[in-house]
Amino acid sequence: MNLRVGIDIGSTTVKVVVLDEDNQLLFRSYERHYSKTRERACETLRSIQDMLAGQEIKLVITGSAGLGVAKAAGLDFVQEVYATAAAVNTYIPDTDAVIELGGEDAKIIFFGGALEERMNGSCAGGTGAFIDQMATLMDVSVDELDALSLQYEKIYPIASRCGVFAKSDVQPILNQGGRKEDVAASIFQAVVDQTVAGLTQGRELKGRIVFLGGPLHFLKGLRARFVETLQLDEAHAVFPEDGDCFAAMGAALCSGDYEPRPFEELLRLLEESRDVTSTVDTMPPLFESQEQYDAFIARHNASTPPKVDAATYIGDAYLGIDAGSTTTKMALIAPDGGLLYTYYHSNLGNPVAIVLQQLKEIYKLCGDRITIKGSAVTGYGEDLIKNAFSCDLGLVETVAHYRAAAHFNPDVDFIIDIGGQDMKCFKIRNGAVDSIMLNEACSSGCGSFIETFAKALGYNIADFSRIGLFAKHPVSLGSRCTVFMNSSVKQAQKDGASVEDISAGLSISIVKNAVYKVIRAASADDLGQHIVVQGGTFYNDAVLRAFEQELGREVTRPTISGIMGAFGAALSARNLGLERSTLLGPQALDAFSHAAKPVTCNLCTNHCALTVNTFDAGRRFISGNRCSRPLGKEKAELPDLYRYKYQKLRSMEGKGQGDGSRGRVGIPFGLNMYENLPFWFELFTCLNFEVVLSPESSRKLYIKGQRTIPSDTVCYPAKLLHGHVEALVEAGVDAIFYPCMPYNFDEKSADNYYNCPVVAYYPELLAANVPDLKKTRFLNPYTGLHRPKDYERIGSQWLADTFGVPRKEAVAAIRRAYQAYEAYKEDVRATGEAYVEQAREEGRSIIVLAGRPYHIDPEINHGINDLITSFGFVLISEDAVAFHEGYAPRKVLNQWTFQSRMYNAARYVCQQPDMQLIQLVSFGCGTDAITGDEVRAILEEGGKLYTQLKIDDISNLGAVRIRVRSLMAAMEERKKAN
Amino acid sequence: MAKLEYAKDGRLLFTKEMKEEYTLLMPQMLPVHFGMFRKLLELEGYKVDMLTTNHRGIVDEGLKYVHNDTCYPALLVIGQLIDAVKHGGYDPHKVALLITQTGGGCRASNYIHLLRKALEKADMSYIPVISVNLSGMEKNPGWSLTLPLIRKMIYAMMYGDLIVNVANQVRPYEISKGDTDAMVEDWENRLIESFQAGRGMNRKQMQSLFAQICADFETIPVTQEEKVKVGVVGEIYVKFSPLGNNNLEDFLLSEGAEPVVPGLTDFIIFKVFNRESDVDLYGGKKLKKAVVRLFKGYIENCQKDMIAALKSSRFRAPGTFEDMHKLVHGYLGDGNKMGEGWLLTGEMLELIHSGIPNIVCTQPFGCLPNHIVGKGMIRKLKDDYPNSNIVSIDYDAGATKINQENRIKLMLANAKALAKQEAEEEKELAGVM
Repeated sequence: MNLRVGIDIGSTTVKVVVLDEDNQLLFRSYERHYSKTRERACETLRSIQDMLAGQEIKLVITGSAGLGVAKAAGLDFVQEVYATAAAVNTYIPDTDAVIELGGEDAKIIFFGGALEERMNGSCAGGTGAFIDQMATLMDVSVDELDALSLQYEKIYPIASRCGVFAKSDVQPILNQGGRKEDVAASIFQAVVDQTVAGLTQGRELKGRIVFLGGPLHFLKGLRARFVETLQLDEAHAVFPEDGDCFAAMGAALCSGDYEPRPFEELLRLLEESRDVTSTVDTMPPLFESQEQYDAFIARHNASTPPKVDAATYIGDAYLGIDAGSTTTKMALIAPDGGLLYTYYHSNLGNPVAIVLQQLKEIYKLCGDRITIKGSAVTGYGEDLIKNAFSCDLGLVETVAHYRAAAHFNPDVDFIIDIGGQDMKCFKIRNGAVDSIMLNEACSSGCGSFIETFAKALGYNIADFSRIGLFAKHPVSLGSRCTVFMNSSVKQAQKDGASVEDISAGLSISIVKNAVYKVIRAASADDLGQHIVVQGGTFYNDAVLRAFEQELGREVTRPTISGIMGAFGAALSARNLGLERSTLLGPQALDAFSHAAKPVTCNLCTNHCALTVNTFDAGRRFISGNRCSRPLGKEKAELPDLYRYKYQKLRSMEGKGQGDGSRGRVGIPFGLNMYENLPFWFELFTCLNFEVVLSPESSRKLYIKGQRTIPSDTVCYPAKLLHGHVEALVEAGVDAIFYPCMPYNFDEKSADNYYNCPVVAYYPELLAANVPDLKKTRFLNPYTGLHRPKDYERIGSQWLADTFGVPRKEAVAAIRRAYQAYEAYKEDVRATGEAYVEQAREEGRSIIVLAGRPYHIDPEINHGINDLITSFGFVLISEDAVAFHEGYAPRKVLNQWTFQSRMYNAARYVCQQPDMQLIQLVSFGCGTDAITGDEVRAILEEGGKLYTQLKIDDISNLGAVRIRVRSLMAAMEERKKAN
Repeated sequence: MAKLEYAKDGRLLFTKEMKEEYTLLMPQMLPVHFGMFRKLLELEGYKVDMLTTNHRGIVDEGLKYVHNDTCYPALLVIGQLIDAVKHGGYDPHKVALLITQTGGGCRASNYIHLLRKALEKADMSYIPVISVNLSGMEKNPGWSLTLPLIRKMIYAMMYGDLIVNVANQVRPYEISKGDTDAMVEDWENRLIESFQAGRGMNRKQMQSLFAQICADFETIPVTQEEKVKVGVVGEIYVKFSPLGNNNLEDFLLSEGAEPVVPGLTDFIIFKVFNRESDVDLYGGKKLKKAVVRLFKGYIENCQKDMIAALKSSRFRAPGTFEDMHKLVHGYLGDGNKMGEGWLLTGEMLELIHSGIPNIVCTQPFGCLPNHIVGKGMIRKLKDDYPNSNIVSIDYDAGATKINQENRIKLMLANAKALAKQEAEEEKELAGVM
C-alpha cells in the first residue's frame, strides 16, 4: 500500500503528516507559515524526502488556505471538517462531538444520531488569531498568557460575540488595573462562550467530546475553561496526543479515494504553484516613486512644535498625560509649546507603572532648572492616573485633541484621530468641538490590528508599513471590521498576494473603515477644508497616504501626531494658570505603591465589576462603577424615566384584581412585551389568570439560554429571550404566552406601523429552537392589536378556543386591556412631563434617551441611565415626548412604530433649548442603520448634537462615558460661544 | 433638455419629455427574467439598459453612499447604479433609475429612499428615480405600468421561471458547452417576438409554448452522469443575483453539482397571498380579500400549467404554491411575511421532500427576517429530517469568498458522502431482494 500524506494549510500554520498502512503516524509537523503557505509546505516535504523519494504516494491537501494551493497546483483537496470527521471516526470511534479551534475558524462536529458539522459564522473570532491578538495586547507571549490564566481568581464577563467586541471589554479591565491572571482566564472563557454559543445552536454538547486544533492542543488554560464550562470529567474530555494535526491525518485517510502519484511529481507541482497568483481585487499603488514619497514627507514634516533645548532650558513647564487604551503618551512642554520631553509606548497592560517610571525620568530631567506648574491627564485611564498621581486636571480626549490640533492649524475644522483601539473624528465649528463621531465597537482596534498582524508575520510595525509604501498592487481587504479583514488577508494569501501588497491593503482598509463607516463621508467636503490627522496610527505613512488618496485632499499631520492628546493636555494644564501643581513630587514617587483588587459591587442589580486600586497603602480609587454608591456616597436620585418605567412594568405580575383561578400564564419579559405588558396583564388578570413574569434579565439568564440561539448576529435583546422562556418553563407555569406581532399600534405619526422582523417573529424562532418549550404550552398566535374592533372578535375567539373563556367575558376583558394600555401610556407621558418641570425648576439639562421600549432593561442598557443621571442630567425616554409631534414626511420610509417615535422625539428636542437626545442602538439592529442617519439629520438640521451609543452584551461603559462626556464638553463650548 | 419637475411632496418626477430623451438604468437580479422585462419596456418606447456590471468598484461606490450596516443588496444595487452613472459613459443628465418597491416591514422597502439619499450625497439629485410597483405608489407622468404591460411581464416571469428551471437541469450535463445558454437566448428572442405579435399571452398558447420549451431543451445532448443536486434558497436578491452571491451557481457547477433554484413565481404568489392572509389574521375588507384571491388564483393556475408541462417531459417539476404552504405548517404561521417570510422555509422543505436535502441558504449579513425564517429554522429541519444538509452563508462587502466557498465545500463533501451511503444501502437492499 502507498504511503499517504496529508497536508493541512490553515490560516496561520501548515501541518504535514505521513501515515503508514496501519494508519500509524510516520511523520508529523506543525509549523507557522508566516503567510508563505506554499513555500512552507514545500520545505517540509523536502525535509522528509528520504522517506518518500522514488515512491508512488497519495497526497491530499486540506485546510482553509489549502483550497487555493490545491487548485493552483492541481492537487487533490478535501474539506477540513470532513477530513477531521474521518480522522476522529478512525482513531477515536466512540466520540459524540468534536470541537476544533484553528487560527481563524472554529468547527464543531456532532456524531451519533444525525451527523452535523458546522463552522463559525462570518462574525466570530473566538480562535487562535484572537488569542494571539489578546496576548499582544497584554504584551505577553501566548504561552505566558496560558500560564497566567491558570492562576486566576476571578472571571470577568467579556463579550463573546466576536474578537473585536471581546477586545473592547478586555482593554478597559487592563486599564483599570485588573489582574493579568484574571484577564487571561477571562479571555479563554470568552473563547469558550463564543464557541459554545456560536456553534452548538441548540444541539446539546454531551457525552465524549474530543478537542482538536492548535490552540486547544497547546493551551492548558483554554482546555481547563472548556472542561469546566461543559462540566466534563476526564473520561469525557479527550485531548488526543496529535490533536493539532487531526485534519491533516484525516486528509491522508481520505486519500484512499484518489490515485497515487510519484512523490517527485507532486513536489514539483507544489513548487511550481508557488508563483501562481490569482488576485483580482487590487488597487493603485500608494506611491509611484521615491521622489513622490520624499515630497510627501517634506510637506508633512513642516508641522512641528517650536524647538527648545531640554538640556539647557530653565523655567516653567507643563505636563500632559494621555493614558490611552493601548498606549501611554506623555508630553512636557514649555509655555510656548516647545517640547521638553515626550514619551510614547505601549502601556503593557499597566499604565500606572509606566507613568510612575516616566515621572521619575522627568523629575530627573527637570532637576532644579525646570518647575512643573501644571499637569493634566486625558484618555481611557484618566481617572486612574489622575487619582494615582494627583494631577491637576482631567479632561475628555476630544477637547485635548482639539487644543493640540488648533495649536498647529488655528483654522482646523476637522480632526481625525486613529489610535490603537479607537477612532475619533470631530468637526470644529466656531471654535468649538461640534458633531463628534466615534467608532462603535465593531470597527475598533484597527490600529492595533496592523501591529499585531505585523508581529505575527515577524515584522515590527514600522518595517511592515514601510514595505507597503511602494507595493505595486495593494489588495482590497474590505472595511467592515478586523475579523473580516483577517479573513480577507487569508483570501489574499490563498491568491498568492505578496506581503507588500497585503501591508498596503491593510492601511487602505483602515482608512476606508474610518471614512465610510465611522465618518460616513462621501467626499472631502463632508469633512472640511482644514483637516488635521493624528493618533499613533497616522505615524504610519502608508495610512496617511491612503487617507489623502481616498479624500483627494492634502491634510496636516503634525510630527507629533502620536502624542497629540498628551500635548493638548499639557496645553490645557498651561491654561489653568496655576501657581503650583498638585502632582506627586519626587519623594512621594519613591514611596509610591499600587495594588489592585477586583470586587463585585452588590449594591444594586447592575453588579458592576469594580476594581479597587490602593495607592501608597492608603489612598483608594474605585473604577468600573456606574453610580457613586460604591464610593460611599448616597446615590444621587435624579429623575430617571427609564427606572420609573422599568419598576412600573415589573410590578405587573401576580393576580391583579382577579383570583387567579384559571391558571398561571407566563409572560417572557423582553422585546415588545416592554410595550404591551400593560395590555396583557390587564387582559389575563381580568380573566382570573395569574400572570408570571420571567425573571429580570441578567448575564446569567443570557448564558442559560445561549446554547439555543441559532443566529449569532441577531440583537442582544432578542438573544435574551431564550433565557427568559427557559426560566418560565422552570417556573412551572400552565402556559407561556408570547404572541407574534408584525403590526404595532397605529400612532398616526408615520407611513406605516410595523414591528421589525425580529420583534415580529421571534416567538416562532423560540418555538423551533428551545427544546424545553415542548414541556409546556407555548402560545404564540399571530395577533393584531392595531384593529381594536376586529381584535375583540378575533381575540375573544382565540380565548374561547384556547382557554374556554366565554365570549362576553373575553370581550369585556379585551376592552379593559385597551384602556389599561392607554392609561399606561398616559402615565409615562405625565411622569415625563413632571420630570421635565422639575429639571427646569432646578436648572438641569434634560437628556432624551431614545431607543426601543426594551432598552429600559438594565441588562440591555448596562446602566447607561444611571451613568447619565450621575452627570447631573434628568433623563426621560422617547415615548414621553414623541407624542408632541404629528406626522411629517421623512426622507426614509417611516414604517416602524417604535422607530418613528425616535424621529418625533428628535423633532421635539430640536425646539427645546435645554434638551439633548442620545440614541441607543443595539448591535445588529438593521433598522437602526436607517434610523441612525435620519435621527442625525433631524438633530443636525435643528442645530443639535447627535450622539449614538451602540450597545450589546458588552458591559463596559468606558466608550459610553467618553461619548457622554464629549457631548457635555460640546454643550459647554456651545453655551460659551453663544 | 428636459425640464426638472417635482411632485407636491418634492419628489423629482420622470416626465414625458424625459421618456424621449433619457435612458433608464435598471439593476439585474435574474438574468433571463430581467432581460425579457427590459425588452418589453423597450417595446413600450423606453430606452432601457440593464446593468450587468460585476466588479469591485460597485461595492466601493455602495460603501461610499450607503450606510455600511444597511443590507448588502441595497449597497450593491445602489452602488451598481451610481457606478454606472459615473463610469458607464452616460450623460448623467440624461439617465433615470428604475428600482422596485415592495413595501412590508423589512428594510428592503427602504431601497428607493436610500437610493435617493445616495444620489443627494453624490450631488446627483437631478436624476429621477422611478419606483416600479404594483400598488400605485409614486406616480410619474412619463412612466406607466399599464395593465397590458403587467400582463406581459407576468407571462415573461412564467416563461423565465420555466426556462431557468429546465436550463439548470440541462447545463451541468451538456456535452457541448454553451448549448444550453444558446437555447436560452433563442427562446428569449422567440418569446419577445411572440409578445410583440400579441401571441403567447393566454393560458392556452402558453401551455403549448411550455411544451415546446421543454421539448427543445430535451434535445440538447447530455451525459448520463449522476451529479449532486444542491438547492439554493434565501433572501431574494442574493439568492438570484450573481453579483450578490459571488457567482454561486457557477461555483456549484464547477464543483460538479447541479444547482436547483426555486423560481420567482412562488415569491409573487406569496406577496399576493400575504394581503389575503392579513385579512384572515387581523380583520379587514372582505372585498379586498376577494380581489387578491382572484389575482392569486390566476397566477397559481399559470404555475400549474408550468408544472404540468414539466411533468410530461423528462424534467423534474417543483410542487405548487399550495403544496409548499401545507409543508410549512408547524414551522411558521401565515403571518410571517416580511422579506421572504415563511416561503423561504417552505422552499427548503419542498427541496427536502423532492429528494434534495443539500441546500445553500443565502442571506445578506445581518438580514433581519432570515434570523428567523432561514438560520432560525435549520435546527428544526435537522431534527425533523436528519439527512438535511443545510449550510447558511452570509454575503457582505467584507465577507470573503474563500470562507463562503470553504463552507459550501463542507456541505458538498457531506452531500457526496450521503449520496454514496444511500447508493450502497440501495445496493445492499437489492442484494437482499
